[in-house]
Amino acid sequence: MKEFKILAVILILVGITYYGIEPYAHSVMHPEVAPADFTFQDVKNVDTKLTGNAANGKTLVEANCIACHAIEAAGNPAVMSNADAAASYGVVPPDLSHAGRIYDANFLANFVFDPVSAMHLQHKYNAESGKQFPMPSYNWMAPQDIMDIVAYLQSIAVKVTDDKAGHKATFEAACGRCHNMQYAGIEATTPADNLKTYMGTVPPDLSQYIKSRGEHYLHSFVNDPQVLLKGTSMPRVGLTEKAQEEVIAYMEEIGDSKKAERNSLGLWVMAYMVVFAFLAYLWKRKIWEEVH
Amino acid sequence: MAKFKKADSMLEWFDQRLGVVNFAKVMMTEYWIPKNINFLWAMGVLLTMLFTMLLVSGIFLLMYYKPDVNMAFDSVNYTIMQEVAYGWLFRHIHAVGASVVFLIIYIHMFTGIYYGSYKKGREMIWISGMLLFMLFSAEGFSGYMLPWGQMSYWAAYVITEIFGGIPFIGDDLVVWIRGNFYVADATLTRFFMLHVLLIPLAILGAIVFHFYSLRFPHVNNEKGEFFDYEVEAEKYLAGDKKHSKVIPFWPVFLSKDVFVMGVFLIFFFYLVFFHYDFAMDPINFDKANGLKTPAHIYPEWYFLWSYEVLRGWFFEIAGISGKSLGLMAFGFANVIFLLIPWLDRSPTVKPANQRPFFKYWFWILMADLMVLTEFGKLPPTGPNAWVGFGASLTFLVLFLSLPFITKMEAKKAGRK
Ligand code: HEC
Ligand code: HEC
Ligand code: HEM
Repeated sequence: MKEFKILAVILILVGITYYGIEPYAHSVMHPEVAPADFTFQDVKNVDTKLTGNAANGKTLVEANCIACHAIEAAGNPAVMSNADAAASYGVVPPDLSHAGRIYDANFLANFVFDPVSAMHLQHKYNAESGKQFPMPSYNWMAPQDIMDIVAYLQSIAVKVTDDKAGHKATFEAACGRCHNMQYAGIEATTPADNLKTYMGTVPPDLSQYIKSRGEHYLHSFVNDPQVLLKGTSMPRVGLTEKAQEEVIAYMEEIGDSKKAERNSLGLWVMAYMVVFAFLAYLWKRKIWEEVH
Repeated sequence: MAKFKKADSMLEWFDQRLGVVNFAKVMMTEYWIPKNINFLWAMGVLLTMLFTMLLVSGIFLLMYYKPDVNMAFDSVNYTIMQEVAYGWLFRHIHAVGASVVFLIIYIHMFTGIYYGSYKKGREMIWISGMLLFMLFSAEGFSGYMLPWGQMSYWAAYVITEIFGGIPFIGDDLVVWIRGNFYVADATLTRFFMLHVLLIPLAILGAIVFHFYSLRFPHVNNEKGEFFDYEVEAEKYLAGDKKHSKVIPFWPVFLSKDVFVMGVFLIFFFYLVFFHYDFAMDPINFDKANGLKTPAHIYPEWYFLWSYEVLRGWFFEIAGISGKSLGLMAFGFANVIFLLIPWLDRSPTVKPANQRPFFKYWFWILMADLMVLTEFGKLPPTGPNAWVGFGASLTFLVLFLSLPFITKMEAKKAGRK
């Protein structure tokens, strides 16, 4: 009985201390932020209720977009090498083969209408700074035309499988122009020097960010970087919830590749220790019977 | 040379050459431990086991780790964690073990303080124990630097910087410790040497010394009772096991320890597999970057209390800067536990709760250390800074008043 009392005292003291330095200190240092919004309600320049016409969209995209963007899925190759594209625009314009799938439709329409406000980069691109976002705004286009572009991009969007290869495709399409993922052998399409000039800093290698930031942080950060890193130059990329989950799944597959092994082995080892402790208890009882 | 007769058994063969039968008696079956002890007396064996696990997992890590600022991070986080078969398991055992070993060390230490196991002949046990504590602290600190993550770098930076506050030689001392003007490759390589060679050797030596120092005074017991071991041992050997006050180390004492170990290991492996963040700070999965200071820098949890004693002094008093005061308080905190056997002036060896004044002292100390630990982690701003100051001051006052409190207690006992 006495031993249980001692154990209880220790557990209480350790428990209070643990609570203080882990969950509580964490909540002080990382306060909760607004929940992620995957509908991107704050941008509403384009009436997204209009039904798009993919055929017209194709014409518009070919006239307006493929001078900068490759769309391999529709047979439009890049017109320049990555090095030249980075030199011209600061960053390599992403291939749009996946755009219709990975970007939320509301975000995408409003992004085409005005990239800077959709990406939450007004602090960087404004009259005062005199900086110009490399992609033009199509705010002169009729909402119907913009919705046609969205419909076209959705109609050609590459379908991917729900596995590591699929997750990788999503990651490369969404983040690959800026971020390395060294542990998967992925190098950003834009050279580091260009990125440094364009972004003000070289975007970090994401190999271990699933561990250093964790899923919870990434969930809100990728949805809108400004919420957690106010003033950062990383844009809001506008992924759908599903695409974002695929990106984070990929970060975990690369950054924490032994998770499944850890979880299954863990249960076995703990079960083994339970049996061990039980047998040890029987042995102890037998031995101590003689002396008590 | 002595005459050898042909051995009839393997045991005899070894006994002729190594005296194993007698050795086993002296070390195990006739090494006497008091019977009235509780599971707190199993902490020493837990520590021995944890140290062994740290040593073994460390040797495995050493096979792939690269002590170079350009390679260290990836050798740990890619090669060991993801490429080598079960490398992650060794790393988790090593990191969680290094953290949990301090939990057990603190339980072990405060058990010693609670039961007064540091006086009346047990001073050398205490001193050798504190020596182990200091060596483990150095081992923990040097090891934390090796993965070369952000917290490795910045904790190393902040802690080595502390030595800069020492008058006259401070600045040179910092450079001498780091091997460079800032924390750099030379720092990593020398801390690597300390972590895998010099300190473990010293720890092995200190453990042997600690065990040896236990032999003559024997371990204490739940009541602080002194009795004649020879008489009790004879009783035991004569078969009166139930009335003897002692038990042999093997198998009786260890059978209980093995059970405690089993329960502990369930908890330990739960942490290793499912709950390791407290020991492997997420921030440390960002590669070290000397140009990017993290928003919050804090040491490992087991250093938080002494770190807060240092930080608590944030304003000038009587012309002495807060920084210097903090450094003095920090120095005080790091040696004062060593002196406990002489600060406690009461000759009574009893559990704290049976000592009229000491019991308050003990539980206030526990509370104060918990407050210090907590506020050592929180940002030292606004009211937090004042709580830190109060707790740091309380710590000093507690230790400065201990001789008087215990002296009063001794007088009171004498009057009875
Ligand atoms: C002058 C070259 C240029 C033209 C023309 C252009 N873009 Fe872009 N686009 C870019 C660049 C550069 C980026 C990358 C900007 C960045 O990441 O900072 C980009 C990014 C994008 C993105 C990714 C947005 C995100 O959230 O990550 C989409 C989608 C896109 N463009 C669609 C289009 C469409 C549709 C058109 C035609 C209507 C078009 N672009 C025309 C240069 C261009
Ligand atoms: C246009 C370039 C660009 C794109 C596209 C981009 N990022 Fe970033 N990212 C950056 C930059 C620049 C930083 C550094 C931000 C800073 O330190 O302020 C950054 C930082 C980050 C960080 C670290 C945040 C932190 O807490 O320090 C994460 C995580 C991240 N990005 C994830 C992503 C993911 C996931 C994607 C794809 C869905 C992505 N990024 C797409 C430029 C980009
Ligand atoms: C890894 C480091 C350590 C190891 C392996 C270790 C091991 C042991 C062992 C096996 C015992 C005997 C059984 C027991 O009472 O638990 C013991 C006793 C003791 N240790 Fe340690 N110890 C370590 C660190 C420390 C520290 C840091 C202190 C505190 C300063 C300390 C103080 C004591 C004391 C006072 C005793 C005697 C307890 C008593 O008489 O009741 N030890 N140690």
